[in-house]
Amino acid sequence: MPPVTLHLKQVANALIEPFDLSLEPGRICCISGASGSGKSRLLRAVADLEPHAGAVLLDDLEQQRLPADQWRQRVRLVPAESQWWLDRVGEHFPAHYDGAGLEALGLPAQALEWQVSRLSSGEKQRLGLLRALAFPLQVLLLDEPCANLDGEATRRVEALLLARIRAEGWPVIWVAHDPAQIRRVADYRFQIKQKRLVEVTDGCD
Amino acid sequence: MGVIEISWWQLSLAFGLVLLLALLAWLARLGVSRSLLIASVRTVVQLFLIGLVLELLFSVGTLLWVSVLAVAMLLLAGREVMARQQRRFSGGWAYSIGTAAMFVSSFSIAVITLLVLVGPDPWYRPQYAIPLLGMLLGNTMTGVALGLDRLTEGAWQQRAQIENRLMLGQNWKQALGPIQREAMRAGMIPSINAMAAAGIISLPGMMTGQILAGTAPALAVKYQILIMLIITLGSGLGVMLAVLAGGWRLFDQRQRLRMDRLEMRAR
Repeated sequence: MPPVTLHLKQVANALIEPFDLSLEPGRICCISGASGSGKSRLLRAVADLEPHAGAVLLDDLEQQRLPADQWRQRVRLVPAESQWWLDRVGEHFPAHYDGAGLEALGLPAQALEWQVSRLSSGEKQRLGLLRALAFPLQVLLLDEPCANLDGEATRRVEALLLARIRAEGWPVIWVAHDPAQIRRVADYRFQIKQKRLVEVTDGCD
Repeated sequence: MGVIEISWWQLSLAFGLVLLLALLAWLARLGVSRSLLIASVRTVVQLFLIGLVLELLFSVGTLLWVSVLAVAMLLLAGREVMARQQRRFSGGWAYSIGTAAMFVSSFSIAVITLLVLVGPDPWYRPQYAIPLLGMLLGNTMTGVALGLDRLTEGAWQQRAQIENRLMLGQNWKQALGPIQREAMRAGMIPSINAMAAAGIISLPGMMTGQILAGTAPALAVKYQILIMLIITLGSGLGVMLAVLAGGWRLFDQRQRLRMDRLEMRAR
């Protein structure tokens, strides 16, 4: 899918007051804030998974003009906890998936044969990310993609994501907690404070 | 051959034996004596009243009064469907989905059965129409209540999975499909099981009643077969309709899973 610019115009819900945000292809915007401040719900609004005010656009294509399933085929939200509903990991991936990224994330090629009932939370998180990237997309929304990972796995996920984002030109909203991670990956940094989305400038975090 | 008359004192004797059972249950501290007594009084009063209504209806026998009773039965069945769900649609939807599904399936099948299969004259003759509709509604009610309960409970428990499917670009039908099929299956199982056990493990009530009333077993069996088939048909159709409509109501026009449209029943 061709690269697009993501525009949020006066987007708001019960937890966040109206705000504007534009992200060019390949740009990463990190959002942090206390738990319950509405970070995940902001991502859900962009993916159109819950009612919200304002407009979300890919270039000049308005969210509400596409059928919702087609919108989410372009705007991919990766939840903090991935869900698995079939027996084997591989059954959740598209048929043409060739195992791209498994090795980079420290997973063996036979991970696709694993039973989902035996996955650890860290394996679920990495495989959930790879599954989300295995289907075509234009915008990436990440909800704490390293929440269940140790230091080394975190670095691997960051490296894979940065490489794919640069290569594909996805605009990215990345919800993160760790200030060090935010410094490593972010082009823009925002915080949710008292229902407002405010930009963080250097030295303030 | 007529039926042997049962007198009131004979019924009182049976009732007295149930009182004994309630006493036993009370002594054993089962905690059911109260509901046992209430239920047995209800059964006496309700059946006595419906007996009066049917006597009256049979003597009048017009289409208008048959329809009035049929609609009353439908509305009561709709209330029962709603009462049997733990987590149900809010704002009147639980009632209307269940009632509409039962209306479409039970009424249409009752009419077809009367017109084409049994053929009394006139086709709405209450002696046939009311018991037939009653059996259809009673079984469809069970199926619809089960199916809707499974649907809403399944959607609630697997809401994270449904949303993860949506995030990967599936549409709402794909995301809810397995839960919907499971709910339909659960709603159809009772009537399938009843057919499988009929005549071996249980002697169905209607057939037993007809035989007691002096009908030849061969004819009673034919009626019973007809009834079991149309009950399965009616409840199967009703379950499918109700679960389809319920699934549609779980999502809004942007294919978002709307758990806020369900409410937990106050206990």
